[in-house]
Order: sequence, then structure tokens, then C-alpha cells
Amino acid sequence: MADVSTTCEEVNQRLTGIPLRRPLTKNWLAGFLLAFMALMLMNVAIGWLLIRGVGIWGVNIPVAWGFAIINFVWWIGIGHAGTFISAILLLLHQQWRTSINRFAEAMTLFAVACAGIFPLLHLGRPWLFYWLVPYPNTMALWPQWRSPLVWDVFAVTTYLIVSLLFWYLGLVPDLASMRDRASKTWMRRLYGIAAFGWRGSARHWKRYEMGYLLLAGLATPLVLSVHSVVSFDFAVSVVPGWHSTIFPPYFVAGAIFSGFAMVLTLVIPVRHFYGLKDLITSRHLDLAAKVTLATGMLVAFGYLSEHWTVWYSDEPYEAYMLTNRMFGPYALIYWVTIACNVVIPQALWSSKVRSNPKLLFLISIIINIGMWSERYMIVITSLHRDYLPSSWGMFEATFWDWATYIGTFGLFFTLLFLFVRLLPMISIAEMRKHLVEEDHP
Amino acid sequence: MSQSSKMMLVAEFTDPEALVEAAEIARAEGLGHLEAYTPYPVEGLAEALGMEKTGVPWITLLCGLTGGALAYFMQYYSAVHDYPLNVGGRPLHSWPAFVPVTFEVTILCAAIGTIVGLLLLNRLPRLHHPIFETPHFDKRSDTRFYLAVEGRTEEFDPVKVRAALEARHPSAVWEVTP
Repeated sequence: MADVSTTCEEVNQRLTGIPLRRPLTKNWLAGFLLAFMALMLMNVAIGWLLIRGVGIWGVNIPVAWGFAIINFVWWIGIGHAGTFISAILLLLHQQWRTSINRFAEAMTLFAVACAGIFPLLHLGRPWLFYWLVPYPNTMALWPQWRSPLVWDVFAVTTYLIVSLLFWYLGLVPDLASMRDRASKTWMRRLYGIAAFGWRGSARHWKRYEMGYLLLAGLATPLVLSVHSVVSFDFAVSVVPGWHSTIFPPYFVAGAIFSGFAMVLTLVIPVRHFYGLKDLITSRHLDLAAKVTLATGMLVAFGYLSEHWTVWYSDEPYEAYMLTNRMFGPYALIYWVTIACNVVIPQALWSSKVRSNPKLLFLISIIINIGMWSERYMIVITSLHRDYLPSSWGMFEATFWDWATYIGTFGLFFTLLFLFVRLLPMISIAEMRKHLVEEDHP
Repeated sequence: MSQSSKMMLVAEFTDPEALVEAAEIARAEGLGHLEAYTPYPVEGLAEALGMEKTGVPWITLLCGLTGGALAYFMQYYSAVHDYPLNVGGRPLHSWPAFVPVTFEVTILCAAIGTIVGLLLLNRLPRLHHPIFETPHFDKRSDTRFYLAVEGRTEEFDPVKVRAALEARHPSAVWEVTP
């Protein structure tokens, strides 16, 4: 049995070694460049949008929401798994979260950053975004507090800030470790300043643990509220297919479902390329797959409930909306959604599938596609044919729609590649404690 | 101030239990002001140093309540007094619609308050601290467990403290003068 200091030293060596001592690899560079190119594509797309306006997108009347809202809901949903893992699983004393929480929190931050871009660009005049915020202004105007779109501003901003604080608080002791292990003076200074001069005092740790727990307690209702508020954007309207009380819980379940799928999509290659299979074990993948399956079943229940409500309400507009979704011009999207989110995830019942990282990776990609289709289905099919047939229309995504969407992948992965290069992707301090307690019960 | 009142003795341990024990004994003997430094939060250590409450939850509660109250008042004031909008004759003070923003601002203020309060209570950020003068501290503080006895009073007796610390079998005892 190794003594405590040796256990700690091993953890430090391995986890600080990835950003500090690992040489720049070709794989990393290739991945980073690809992501960076996509990020440049986003800049071009945004630049063109600022010059020409939202007309470069496929949005028009009746489908005025289009890709902007689909991608917003999709990205912000992905973020939810990070907060779920770091906050809710912490409160439930699920020790296994230690291996993946830092990474999942980073994923949350980057996903929310991508999400935030879309509604801002969709404003039409994005440079006036601060009109959404209540501030004393010469127009003597206030935001409309009864509008879910204003609630959204508060929910998403709060979510971004609280996630950032939570993530950074977790990083502070690790940044101190990085400071102590960096070989160059400028790096030591940089990490030292970022670590606030953390020195591991027992009194500091005590307050730190209390603060961390409180933030987890605050983030838990927050994560449930964010996607509820996002769903209000739809549910508070009177559009067929949107006006439904099932929306908040069904959106939250969908968010955690897609988020866990994204965690799997990212963690499986990372643990492979960085040789972290003993820290992010097959047990972690198995548990993440189980959460995916459980939330997937909740999503399936949401679909079922939507269909049942339509039938039970006997409302002609709702009934038409559903038949239009299933057999109308966008029927393909409907069936892709059902296949990807309801049918294929059933494979996760099998422990053989859950213990096969390649299959899990494939399924996680399928779920990501499925959840994007679901949002496409909800936004587009409800809007394109509502009450008045004279105002029906079709939506078609333009080149710039796709460029912006693919561009946000560039932003997401650029940030993620930088994160794994510059910061410890697994919480060192938590891992030390975790392994010491395992080795020395 | 005499030289000894600025000095501290730092004992280095490889085991958290030995540190907690040493802290308890040092406190019972009243050796001086105690501080401990560990690579991860060690249970019961802060209590052994004589710290009972953190004070953080109160800050969180106070900031959250203040933020929530202000957010609600802002909505009430703007919707009822400053900019009343009659929407289909519905009441101006439509409180259910004010709940989401009130909730979000409560969380936001509580979270920011927690972090700021935590840093203020810990006197961080701080560029330097005497403990970093301890030999090897910068390389070992994330693997070893340290107990520091600070000489803050005239009664501080380095010889006695060193003897008491060495009785706990640390891997080293350092004398640190900032």
C-alpha cells in the first residue's frame, strides 16, 4: 500500500503533466487547426450578418425563428449535463463524478457560450443587445417582464455566470498545483495569479468546501430552471405543438439527455488519446450511459404525452400539427427524431453495449443528431403551418445558416482544445482526496 | 516586536492523521497560533485548529435575499408605477410573471456573494505569504501536510514548540522567519 504523499504525487504528476510537460502532438495540432478554421468560418458568417442583416438566413414569415433558436436550444441543452454532473451528483454523494466533472463543466461553459451567440445575432441589430437589460436609459423604457424572452436573458446570463464561478472555484487549488509544478517563471506567475495565491490552508479549505457545496445547492435549481425558462419561450405562446404544460420537464429531461450524450462523445476520445482509461474508467462510461438511457426514457415519455394530449384534446389545429409533423413535408425530421432519441438508445439496456466505448460513441453521436432534429421539428413544423392556411410557408436553411451553426462547433472545439492543453482536465485536488480515501480506508 | 514573534515553526507530515493529531495536541498545549496546510480538505482539521463556523452560508443567504428582493421590487416598480402597460385589462401587479426573473437574480446574487465572501474571508487573492518561505513548500505543498505554529505573542518559545512538534514524528521541522 502506497503512503498518502506518494498517492498524491502520482495524481499531481499525471494530471499536471498533461498541460505542462506533454509535447505538442500532431493530433492535437490537427484537431485544433480544424476547429480554428471552423471558428473563422463563424467569424465570416457573423461579419456578413452584421453587414447584410438576418436576411442572409432562411428565416422569414411564418418561420421567423429558424436555425437561431434550434441551435440555441440545442447548445444550451448540451450544457446541462455539466451542471448536472458537478452539482446534482455532488449533492447526491456520487463519488464517480470526480473523474468527469471538470471536463463536463468546461463543456457546459463552452456550450452556453455557443448558445448565447444565436439569440444575440437573431436580434436583428445585435449591437443593441444591451436593450434587453434593465438600465436607466434616455428612452425611459423597461424590459417587458411578462415576456419569457426577457426571462431567458436573465436565466441564460445567470447560468453562464454561475457555471463560470463554479468551474473556476473548482480550478483554484489545481491552478496552485500548476503554479508549483511549472518550470518557467512566467508560467508560475501566471498560474499563481490565476490561483489567487492559494496555499491550501485548512481554514481556507473549510470555507472553500462550504462555498462549493453552497454553489452546488444553488446550481441545482438553476439548471432545472434554465431549460424550463427556455421551454416557456414556446409553451407560453398559443402556437399548436408549443402550447403545452409538459414542456418544462420534457425540455429539462431532453437537455440532460443530450448533455450526457455529448459528455460521452467528448470523454471517449479524450480518455483514449490522453491515456486516462484508469481514471475515466469503463464504469464511468457505464454510469453515464445509464443516465442517458434514463433521461432518454423521460424524453420518450414526453413525446408520448404530446401525442396523447393531441388525441385527447380533440383539437383540430393540434391534430393537424401532429399529422403534419408525421407525414407532412418535414416528416423525415420527425422519424429521424424518433429513431435517434427513442429507438436506438434502447440498445443501452444491454450491458455489452454500455461496456463497448466504440458503440457508445456512435450512439452518443446519434443522440446528438436526434436532439438537434427534435428542436428542428418543434421550431419549424409548428411555425410553418399554423391557424391560417393563407399564411403557411416553408423554411429552408441557407448557406449562412449552416456556416453559423458549423462555426459554433469551431468555437466549442477551439475552446475545448485549448482547455485540455492549458488546464488540468480532471480535478487534481478532488482526485487526490478520492484516491487517498480509496487506498487508505 | 521581537524576532521570535515574527517567526514560525513548520512541521511537515506525510500523513493527514498525524497532522490532525499534532494539531489537536498543539492546541491543547497552547503552543501558539496554529495554521495547517494540506493538499486536499482533511476532515476534522479545521475543527482541530479551533475553527467552528465558516460564516459563508450567512453571506450566501443575505446576498440571495437582497438580490431577490431588489429584482422583485424592480419589476414591481417598473410594471406598476414607472411604466404601466395595460394588456387586456390584466392586473399591473402580475406577480406570477415576475417569479422567473426574481428567482434567477436571487441565484445570481447568492452565487456571486458566495465567491466574493469566500475570498474576503480567506483574505485572497494574496501575492505572497510567509508560509511560502518554508523550504520545499512550493514543491511539496500538494503532497505533504503542514502544521505551522506562528509566534504572534511574547510567550512564544521556539525551543519548547520545536520539542513538542518533534514529539509527533514529523518528516521535518522548519524554522521560518519572513
